[in-house]
Amino acid sequence: MNQENLSEVGASRRKFLGRVSATTFVLLSASLITPEQATKMEEILEKSTVDSLDADLNPVTVRAKINGKEQTLRVDSRMTLLDALRERLGLTGTKKGCDHGQCGACTVILDGKRILSCLTLMAMCDGCDITTIEGLAKGEKLHPMQEAFLKYDAFQCGYCTPGQICSAVALLQEAKNGQASYVTQNIQTVTKNIKLSEEEIRERMSGNLCRCGAYPNIVKAIQEVHTEKEQSKDWNISTNQDETV
Amino acid sequence: MKPFKFKRASSVVEAIEEIAKNPKAKFIAGGTNILDLMKEGIESPDELVDISRLPLAQIRMLPNGNLSIGALARNTETANHQIIRQKYPLLSQAILSGASQQIRNMATNGGNLMQRTRCPYFYDISMPCNKRNPGSGCAALEGLNRTHAILGWSEKCISVYPGDMAVALTALDASIKIQGKNAERIVKISDFFRLPEDNPEKDNDLNHGELITSIEIPKNNFANRSYYLKIRDRASYAFALVSVAVGIELEGGKIKDARIALGGVAHKPWRASDAEKIILGKAPSENIFRAAAEEEMKKAKPLAHNKFKVELTKRAIVRALLNALNAKQA
Repeated sequence: MNQENLSEVGASRRKFLGRVSATTFVLLSASLITPEQATKMEEILEKSTVDSLDADLNPVTVRAKINGKEQTLRVDSRMTLLDALRERLGLTGTKKGCDHGQCGACTVILDGKRILSCLTLMAMCDGCDITTIEGLAKGEKLHPMQEAFLKYDAFQCGYCTPGQICSAVALLQEAKNGQASYVTQNIQTVTKNIKLSEEEIRERMSGNLCRCGAYPNIVKAIQEVHTEKEQSKDWNISTNQDETV
Repeated sequence: MKPFKFKRASSVVEAIEEIAKNPKAKFIAGGTNILDLMKEGIESPDELVDISRLPLAQIRMLPNGNLSIGALARNTETANHQIIRQKYPLLSQAILSGASQQIRNMATNGGNLMQRTRCPYFYDISMPCNKRNPGSGCAALEGLNRTHAILGWSEKCISVYPGDMAVALTALDASIKIQGKNAERIVKISDFFRLPEDNPEKDNDLNHGELITSIEIPKNNFANRSYYLKIRDRASYAFALVSVAVGIELEGGKIKDARIALGGVAHKPWRASDAEKIILGKAPSENIFRAAAEEEMKKAKPLAHNKFKVELTKRAIVRALLNALNAKQA
């Protein structure tokens, strides 16, 4: 399998975590199993590398461009794009939230459109051009949407953030192209460059849930990139210099 | 997810043949519903035939004045197509009220019609459900049924059809074009969807081995006075508790033609024909709209937890009609 992109750190950390939990299981159930069974389990654990997880019952070979790089993967037909990104390519920026298309944490941009990677089979991505959160920055220079999310503190725990940012980046292009939303007025006449009100942004971002409730700041971050104008902030990040106590 | 063979079809004929020869094979296009159902263990095909790249995505006017919408056009493209936005804004509005932008970018029109109910008991495989497991009973009937049907349900199934697009298509009198192994047929949307009766496992008229190829909408004059009202538990990204699709055509201050279809209240998009009859030929007013809503809801049979839907539907019908009336002062 192709493990080029799976970094040393990522791979060993994952293997380590897997072994720790498996060992814990063995220890906890020690009184319930025979020594023979324990030896057998050890053997299975020894083999439980990333490679052997590749069940390959119905293998499909897929070629796709991911963050500008051509990739060829042989995957089981059941593998979703989300799992292929995370487990096979080490691109763990894309998050698995609900895995059922209800939260938007797995949002990526496929052929220019935002989609849910958890409800997309990797087998169906042959020939596609996919951009994940890892592909937005140019080298060390963050994408303006990433900058804006930092500037407006548009997250708390950060788990939904990659999906929010991918979604927001695609959203601005959709508005430029004149795509309507349920709250767009005069859909019969509006054609290009839709100006997004707060209501529009909220409607268009409704597929990305944030359980920390960072919505007001997410809206501001998007509004700034959309309008290229500074948004009012009604808060400040505390720094050492600000401390008066 | 159970293992399945994956095959990409290179033609419509090949796709249909592949499905027809295997009773456990299914089509996949957008995947937004089937993959979720497979993850939940509700659907377990042993073969998926990928039809997403077949040439069935065209949206165009036919010589007879009907609009033809390809089954594989994505929801987003459909809602934003210039002809549809200008001449059938009701359809755009209905599509845009559903799901999220991500899902609409993936979902196809054919798949949208085929989406299965969101009844929580259908989704919970530890529960009896006649739709999922015929003959096992209906857990919703005596269970929590706040979101369930108030019209046309049976003792076997009280679930509702979850979609929005099909509600607008029902108001627009659309037809569904279906290709089988040996023949093509066209079914009116009101006959395509069905009530549960004694066999709720069958959502619609499509048989195994048949493929929806397009949707046709006859010419109408509702473009300037139509509205899709969707009422749900949160402001966006939720299934309808009740939705109403309406189109009105006025002539000389009287209602010349009117269509009213309801979502979230029955096993199929519900054409409110009795309400339509009340307002036809009358001058539009809130009073006459209310009378129409009262007439339609005489048939309503609410369950233990969804009595609120009856009044909600009445008010939604009135609101949707008023909004359509004022949509554009042509």
